[in-house]
Amino acid sequence: MVNQNQHAVEKILARAAGKPTVSVGEIVECRVDLAEVNDLYLQTIRSFYDMGGKQVYDPDRITFILDHYAPAATIQQAENQKQMRQFCLDQGIKLLFDIGSGVCHQVMVDEGLVYPGMVLVATDSHTTTHGAFGAFGTGVGATDLAVIMRTGKLWFRVPEVVRIELSGTIPRGVYAKDIILFIIGNLGADYAIYKVVEFCGPVLKGLSVSERMVLCNMTTEMGAKASYIQPDETTFEFLRQKVNRDYQVFESDPNYHYSAELSYDVSQIEPQLSAPHSVDNVAPISRFEGLSLDQAYLGSCTGGRTEDLGVAARILEGKKVHAQTRFVVVPASRNVYLESLKLGYIDTLVRAGATLVTPGCAACLGTHGGILASGEVCISSTNRNFPGRMGHSGAKIYLASPAAVAASALEGKIVNPAGYLEMN
Amino acid sequence: MKETVKGRAFVFGHNLDTDQIYPGRYLELTDAEDVGQHVMESADPEFVQKFKAGDIIVAGRNFGCGSSREQAPYALKVKQVGAILAESFARIFYRNAINLGLPVLICPDISQQVTGGDVLTVDFASGQGVNARTGRMFQTEPLSEYAIKIIESGGIAPLIKKEYGSG
Repeated sequence: MVNQNQHAVEKILARAAGKPTVSVGEIVECRVDLAEVNDLYLQTIRSFYDMGGKQVYDPDRITFILDHYAPAATIQQAENQKQMRQFCLDQGIKLLFDIGSGVCHQVMVDEGLVYPGMVLVATDSHTTTHGAFGAFGTGVGATDLAVIMRTGKLWFRVPEVVRIELSGTIPRGVYAKDIILFIIGNLGADYAIYKVVEFCGPVLKGLSVSERMVLCNMTTEMGAKASYIQPDETTFEFLRQKVNRDYQVFESDPNYHYSAELSYDVSQIEPQLSAPHSVDNVAPISRFEGLSLDQAYLGSCTGGRTEDLGVAARILEGKKVHAQTRFVVVPASRNVYLESLKLGYIDTLVRAGATLVTPGCAACLGTHGGILASGEVCISSTNRNFPGRMGHSGAKIYLASPAAVAASALEGKIVNPAGYLEMN
Repeated sequence: MKETVKGRAFVFGHNLDTDQIYPGRYLELTDAEDVGQHVMESADPEFVQKFKAGDIIVAGRNFGCGSSREQAPYALKVKQVGAILAESFARIFYRNAINLGLPVLICPDISQQVTGGDVLTVDFASGQGVNARTGRMFQTEPLSEYAIKIIESGGIAPLIKKEYGSG
């Protein structure tokens, strides 16, 4: 008997596994539509050869994106990237996006490589981002990725799905980042381990693709395996400009049984802040107002898109960032950089005193481009505030929305961004 | 995989992330010896001096959360960790550890039962363990069949090589 109670994610996995249906807890081997490797993972190539690999299974379903060391700051980083470029050349992998292209998750979207119904696996935990397009996106380590390069497939345990409904009206100064921080603070960093987190409800309709990506991206910080938003007109409109291929949109059956169903009224949410040293250590930003800042950081696959640079430019137009605060801006991709140049955002931000860094991951994971010294305090639009994440283990990282980062850069201390948006 | 392991416990709390297990600034290193030198550096800077081959990591919930970096379990493997016992594991860390052939065992309330320096013995076949200081027994959850197959093959790379050959 055909199971009539499947979730869209189960239908995606079933299609990829070549099975009519799948059920929660089952281990399935899925064909991976796209596998992405970034430049932290030279081990992927080594593991591929350890597995007896000579020729990758399908060079057109593999992409290498050099984003974490962009451009290389040390000889070792340069050596690792050199070997990756050579591997792509040797293996006929055409989808190599070299330094300056941007953070892998934004690059894949910009390049039209992400579409509904696909199985996308990358050597990066924030691959959950692609649930924003109705794709099954999940992160793995180097050796799992090598299995895909070698065999074209990977095993998964079919996950439970948690449904989060968002209702109400988003208040001024509140963004998707505040909503997801609030939820993570409420549920905890391990709430969704092994599970898929689906977002739905009336608020979604008014959310841009960029804001949807923020919600899905940050589900990693509650342990999620993947995230999901049912594609709608907003998704299709966006994809029409990017994706040049056919794809199948799956929908969940009405009787699907979620492992949990939660709802949040966003009207009640204030701008939020995640305080050191855990992402689920969340409080309203008002509790930290006035805290002096050494650095404000705007960037990453969470908070470095064109809309993010746009809201920062709106707040900083004609003004100067505080003399004691460094303001580091890292566009998420070349495309974001070019769009922001065209719209005048880069001009505004640089005139306001921003230090502009090459598109990529930069200081979000503490490799280069705005590293923190001991005891320094930073507000950041990124996704993690673990000890040592952006430099010295004694530095303090406060996560917030891009608007909060820009307004706080202006004042040299943490402020609620709502008032700064009203002034314009 | 050894059938039993006996080692001193190093105890960590909940949500110990991979940035603390292996800081991002060392991700460019590729030599095993170099990688091993930085294990747990952000959680305990003296860990690498104190830890001996066969010692056991004990942790609370969500061990290895955060980045997908395989260097985190790899660094522990280089230092020849005897076993990692946690109340739960973050999923990417768990997969990475199994793929590298590391024994990662889920054990309810273990972080409450063990103090740093306690000597633990764990039998992998039965999942049973004992704390020599308290005399208290504990039971770990069984690994899935597929996980056991990977660990017994010495990791997923040798397993895939065996199943697919060269090509």
